[in-house]
Amino acid sequence: MACFLVSAAEAVVTTVAAKVVEKREKEQPELEISFDGAKTESVARIPFSRKLKWLSRMLWGGSVLLMFEHIWHGEVIPFFPFLSAMADPEDAAAMFHEMATVGVAMAALVTLVWLCVVLVTALIEKRAVKEAKELAASKK
Amino acid sequence: MTLLVSVFAAVICTVIWYKKAPKSEMMVGVLCWMYWGASLMWLIDAVFEYAELGAEYFTPAPADMLNDLFLGLSVVALGLVIWLVILLIKDPRGVIKEAIFKKKGK
Repeated sequence: MACFLVSAAEAVVTTVAAKVVEKREKEQPELEISFDGAKTESVARIPFSRKLKWLSRMLWGGSVLLMFEHIWHGEVIPFFPFLSAMADPEDAAAMFHEMATVGVAMAALVTLVWLCVVLVTALIEKRAVKEAKELAASKK
Repeated sequence: MTLLVSVFAAVICTVIWYKKAPKSEMMVGVLCWMYWGASLMWLIDAVFEYAELGAEYFTPAPADMLNDLFLGLSVVALGLVIWLVILLIKDPRGVIKEAIFKKKGK
């Protein structure tokens, strides 16, 4: 009915948060890491603002595509109140219930998957830093 | 069916992104996040529907299946259009800029 609105609201929050974090963030120090054991390259850690953008892209993308599905099914209409369920109080109650259950679950799953991606990225970065330190020590 | 189509789109985009990484000239990453986001949301939709319908969820009527397939393909097309608009606006290869300045220069 309007479950995508929960994810869209979270997308607004994460987009603003990413902008704020990006402004406050300092440039990450570069690290020298080895990809094939011999050749080295300078890389920087992924800033948190960029990781937040991953979440907002998933939430925006999902919300827009789901909104299209709701237009397809006639649940989103091009005139006020824009949601067909709002015309009837009983339908409106069902819509709010769906938002509280399906909508919240959708936003929670997307956030959970994003947290897993961030965790895996942090592990890869940690391993790269360790390799960089070993490489620097072997060069001395 | 819509979930299945969006998952296939997400997987294909991720494979294309991985093949071209770390280069991101075509901004395929945008498509990946978009389709994965939608797939996760439809997965939740499917779980709730399964909880309501039970095994019946896996045996939809042919007409419903066709409609869902049509919807899934339309969703993929909309995603591609959104990606194309973002790509042309951000213009990471500077193609649009070059075309405009060349025209102005003539």
